[in-house]
Amino acid sequence: MKKRNWYLTVGGFLTLTMVAYILVGVFWTPYNPSAINGADRYAPPSFLHPFGCDHLGRDIFSRTLEGASSTLTIAVAVLAVGFIFGLIIGALCGYYGGSADALIMRLCDTVTAFPSILLALVVIAIIGRGKYNIIAALGVLFIPSFSRLVRGEFLKQRDRDYVKSAKLMGVSNLRIIFIHILPNTWPVLLSGLTIGFNNAVLSEASMSYLGIGVSPSEPSLGYMLSDAQSVLFNAPWYTAFPALVVILLILGVGLIGEGIRSQMGVAS
Amino acid sequence: MPKHMKRALLLLVAFAMLPTLLYGCTEGAETSSGDPTTAQSGELPKNGNSVTVGIANDLDSLDPHTATSAGTTEVLFNLFEGLVKASPNGEIIPAVASDYTVSDDALTYTFTLREGVTFHNGAPVTMEDVLYSLERCRGSENDGTPLVTVFGNISNLKAEGNQLILTLNQPSLEFIYSMTAAIIPAGSGQTITSNPVGTGPFQFVSYAPQDNMVMKKYDGYWNQEKAAHLDQVTFRIFTDANALVLSLQGGTLDLAIHQSSSTASTLENNFTIHQDTMKLVQALYINNAVKPFDDLRVRQAMYYAINVPEIIDFVSDGSGRATGTSMYPAREKYFVEELATAYQQDIDKAKELLADAGYPNGFEMTITVPSNYTPHVRTSEIIAQQLQEVGITAKVELVEWGSWVKDIYRGRDFEGTVCAIAAEDMTAQEMLERYVTDHRKNFISFSNQEYDQVVNTALTTLDEKEQVAQYKRAQEILNEQAASLWIQDLCDLVVMSRNLDGFTFYSTYVLDMSTIYYK
Repeated sequence: MKKRNWYLTVGGFLTLTMVAYILVGVFWTPYNPSAINGADRYAPPSFLHPFGCDHLGRDIFSRTLEGASSTLTIAVAVLAVGFIFGLIIGALCGYYGGSADALIMRLCDTVTAFPSILLALVVIAIIGRGKYNIIAALGVLFIPSFSRLVRGEFLKQRDRDYVKSAKLMGVSNLRIIFIHILPNTWPVLLSGLTIGFNNAVLSEASMSYLGIGVSPSEPSLGYMLSDAQSVLFNAPWYTAFPALVVILLILGVGLIGEGIRSQMGVAS
Repeated sequence: MPKHMKRALLLLVAFAMLPTLLYGCTEGAETSSGDPTTAQSGELPKNGNSVTVGIANDLDSLDPHTATSAGTTEVLFNLFEGLVKASPNGEIIPAVASDYTVSDDALTYTFTLREGVTFHNGAPVTMEDVLYSLERCRGSENDGTPLVTVFGNISNLKAEGNQLILTLNQPSLEFIYSMTAAIIPAGSGQTITSNPVGTGPFQFVSYAPQDNMVMKKYDGYWNQEKAAHLDQVTFRIFTDANALVLSLQGGTLDLAIHQSSSTASTLENNFTIHQDTMKLVQALYINNAVKPFDDLRVRQAMYYAINVPEIIDFVSDGSGRATGTSMYPAREKYFVEELATAYQQDIDKAKELLADAGYPNGFEMTITVPSNYTPHVRTSEIIAQQLQEVGITAKVELVEWGSWVKDIYRGRDFEGTVCAIAAEDMTAQEMLERYVTDHRKNFISFSNQEYDQVVNTALTTLDEKEQVAQYKRAQEILNEQAASLWIQDLCDLVVMSRNLDGFTFYSTYVLDMSTIYYK
């Protein structure tokens, strides 16, 4: 009997829970996440406010529901930008090689040489704040790592026999790249995606934490954490719950990534 | 588990431990520095030792004549003195001058230079230095634009022995308050920003931009009774409010001013907390020159839409004071109590006014806020929420302090901004003249003919009662016209180490370090 893949089970369960949590937040929150209420300032967790209230008496549960969905949206969009461009660049570079490949990879090295948050800061300073600008800024920063990952896989695959025979049969290069090689790289790409997702969530939270993320009028997990740190001892729930949401979100996806790797028999 | 996750987890644990470690340190430090209960505040102040003070923004200049932000002038107060200076209750006391007289027509001011006053470099203050400093304020070293605006009113400066005779173009009773302009050594204008030399109780040691400014006691201070108790004071600059609080908790700071109530509540176990108001006017300043805010009805609607008492409750724990106009309650002589409550939240009225103005469904606007001032950020969040009720969608945008000064205060490129305006001296002029149509500090571009006239009368009249009456009228206009949404004079909390005493509140925006001592 096959050994049960606990990584996948636990990770899948956690991720499903978090996705459900976020989906609920899209349609329903117990309170208006930005409604201020003087009577409930720093109210501790209770049945009315399961996660307690913040400095303006806003319900933290409602705010994490909404904040998590904005974090998730940004993370997924960043991932999409980074992955799609990374995939195309990496696949072409890996398959064709040559001087263009060398040039593009050095360019990627240059980008990765800067700390990503710093680079994002510069980009935001130039193009301004806002949800879409953050997606653009972070997305671009994610391209090099994906390109490198995809390129590595294509380098491994391109001299395999099945690719050679496809070539002999006159299959077009593009078809070989996307129909023949790509499916064989999925296990590695999928776990790369999960790592990328976690980095995207953390980057978004860090940017808001530093005050350069989404506007403070929209709930955001990072911004909540930055607000909460000065009252860490007086109102620990303000720090604890937004942090817990971030942790669960990335832990679940991280475990899935690990699960995929062991399932597919890829060495980590 | 992959490597990066292990690393992340380790980091997480490390961060979780950090506060406990720091917290442990504070407690240790407190027990080692002696039992606080034995210290009596009645004891004579002890001299010596040093303190580290946390301040919220970087100094914009070390030149006392050009520094603009209140956070800078309150620090420079310790280094420089004018012919006269402000006393804690807002009156004028002689400093570099030992005495002064004002002629009956309020046109001629005569100052007698005090003997024995020396600069930090040891040189005695001469009439040449005084003339140089005042001429510099009049614009002798730039294109002639006065560095201190009201100095444009001076027609003549002349020295007779140890007397300085100053004549004005327009009679002014309030001019004496501007004579707090710093006296610096003759010819030091070029070097003042790198090596500021004055006559104050402290002398400059070093300045590292964005990090710290150090000053030490000046032993040759002319007034030995009021000489500094501390040997050295370090101002550490924290552009992040939370980092400042963590440093207080960690025990690296002894004193911080302008703290919010939420901060204070986390610190009250280990620090002494003093409460006062900040002596400034916090408001949602509105750019009167851009649409739709050029319409009086829109501004009034916004004023009716917000709930000032609620903002004060949230931001100042109820301890701030509503102002209703550009004047704070501490200036009892000028403050008009009724204006503070002139606009009560009235959603229906606000909606009606908006509909009249042609915005029945509200509009979208951006409130730009300097990110280093937590109370302003909080206030803007609350206002955004309150405006929502009448259909105005306000987006809060945080900017860094430097770009706030450049783009918003100087560049006037904004719709609304939450900030606070403080006065450098005790005149009503400081708070009110700035909203005259073409005044260079009129960053909200307010323009009202009657207001210009009223302020002008107030500035030139020789009758003090008439002057007060005119200034009160000016405030009423600012309120009626809803030139901005005047909110409050913020509650000002001073967080001070238990070992320190002697903090003095001023009725102007000043942080006097000379009175502080170790118990």
